[in-house]
Amino acid sequence: MADQKKSSFISVFLNGLITENPTFTLMLGMCPTLGVTTAAMNGVSMGLATTFVLVCSNLFISLLRNIIPDKVRIPAYIVVIASFVTMIDLFMQAFLPELRAVLGTYIQLIVVNCIIFARAESFAAKNPPLLSIADGLGMGLGFTCSITLLSMVRELFGSGSIFGLRIMPEGYLPMAIMNQVPGGFITLGLMMILVNVIKKYASARKEEKLA
Amino acid sequence: MQKNLAITSCPHIRSRKTTQKIMQDVCIALAPAGIAGIVYFGARAAAIIAISVVTCVLAELVYEKMMNQRVTIGDWSAVVTGLLLAYNLPSTVPLWIPIIGGIIAIVLVKMLFGGIGSNFMNPALTARAVLFVSWGGLMGTYPITRYMADTVSAATPLAVLATDSASVSLVDLMIGNCPGVLGETCKLAILAGGIFLIARDVLDWKIPACFIGSAFLLFLLTSGFNFDYAVKEIFAGSLMLGAIFMATDYATSPQSNLGRVIFGVGCGLILFIIRAYANYPEGCSFSILFMNILTPLIDRYTAPKYFGEVKQHG
Repeated sequence: MADQKKSSFISVFLNGLITENPTFTLMLGMCPTLGVTTAAMNGVSMGLATTFVLVCSNLFISLLRNIIPDKVRIPAYIVVIASFVTMIDLFMQAFLPELRAVLGTYIQLIVVNCIIFARAESFAAKNPPLLSIADGLGMGLGFTCSITLLSMVRELFGSGSIFGLRIMPEGYLPMAIMNQVPGGFITLGLMMILVNVIKKYASARKEEKLA
Repeated sequence: MQKNLAITSCPHIRSRKTTQKIMQDVCIALAPAGIAGIVYFGARAAAIIAISVVTCVLAELVYEKMMNQRVTIGDWSAVVTGLLLAYNLPSTVPLWIPIIGGIIAIVLVKMLFGGIGSNFMNPALTARAVLFVSWGGLMGTYPITRYMADTVSAATPLAVLATDSASVSLVDLMIGNCPGVLGETCKLAILAGGIFLIARDVLDWKIPACFIGSAFLLFLLTSGFNFDYAVKEIFAGSLMLGAIFMATDYATSPQSNLGRVIFGVGCGLILFIIRAYANYPEGCSFSILFMNILTPLIDRYTAPKYFGEVKQHG
């Protein structure tokens, strides 16, 4: 029984991280994905902030899932989510003021981030607390990984560096469109192609093994 | 199966007009403007044109080989894209600019959306927009021609027109002796190419006529019927090149007559707004790109009604 629980915890976690990756498969949370991914550091911190909110809100909504009346569930979710967003916002203002200044209003906008709503509605409201935590962690880290990857590519071409480290040679002229929203769309589209190609390749390999 | 049988919708009319022939005609029509560019801006203009065309053709070839698709470089459309892209670059850009632009035009805009006929925006113009937003300093510096006195400042005719229209010579604008991107300056060469294409029935006159006409009217009306100024506005910048060669791209302009009129007038209106009120000096490429995006919508509302057709949800 314990083993089974453990395996379902891991499978739910992996589902969020890879199979149903919020950015590349579910295409949720596009607003921060396009808005803040101009530098790798922004991607990581935005992702982690979202993960924190997601795990906590999933846990609390799961605990309250039998108490919250169906008709007012959305306002109830918002109250839960907004509390955690306020916490992380105040935390960042106190300890990471520079990062907070860069991410700006996107931190507050986590309240209406559709990943968090989608997971609350479709997972936490129907599943026990432990699994909901696994889902929150998986989805949150999946989101973090994808937007970090995205922002690394954008930072490389848009500023010639990754995590502030200069990669491109001295004479490289930054491709300014990468720092703007169109560059975000283009990079996201190209990475989605790449992810789909890898997935197709992987599933073909799997079938070959089975056959 | 798909490789052997060409599946097309009716009517199945046999015609000598193939994509290849049409594209070759467009290349011929573009030649005078290119030659004028080389004359005015020197060997570097020729190098940029060559690099751009070679990059576009190679990009299409490599992409189709990689994707195991039928190789379609024989239809000459990549050559046209390469020429148009080069014509939209100032002759002073570094030589890697046309390479990046060519790859963006062919791979990102054309091939990823399904190749010729399936792209929803003009490849050359989109590439130019990406380059312009990315390296504005390189793309926005227009060199003076070899026949201009050194003392003349390199401000484009458009910039001068905004303040002092009398100092711009209409003859210089016509023959192309003014700063600008390498293929846009000589309006006579562009017009000659356009007339050739209309005569060969490759190009429909409605889009360029409505585009240029509406822009002309708007400039005339807002300047208090300053005829001289309005004429110079339509001969300055890349309006001619855009209206004749880029707004008329088959895949990205409406099918019906009414649709083409709406498309042309829309382009003219947006061009006027950008030139007169926005930060950018020239709005031709953005106006065409904007209308490209509206094309499916225009097509939908201007689709011809056939005799006896019944309303679908009536």
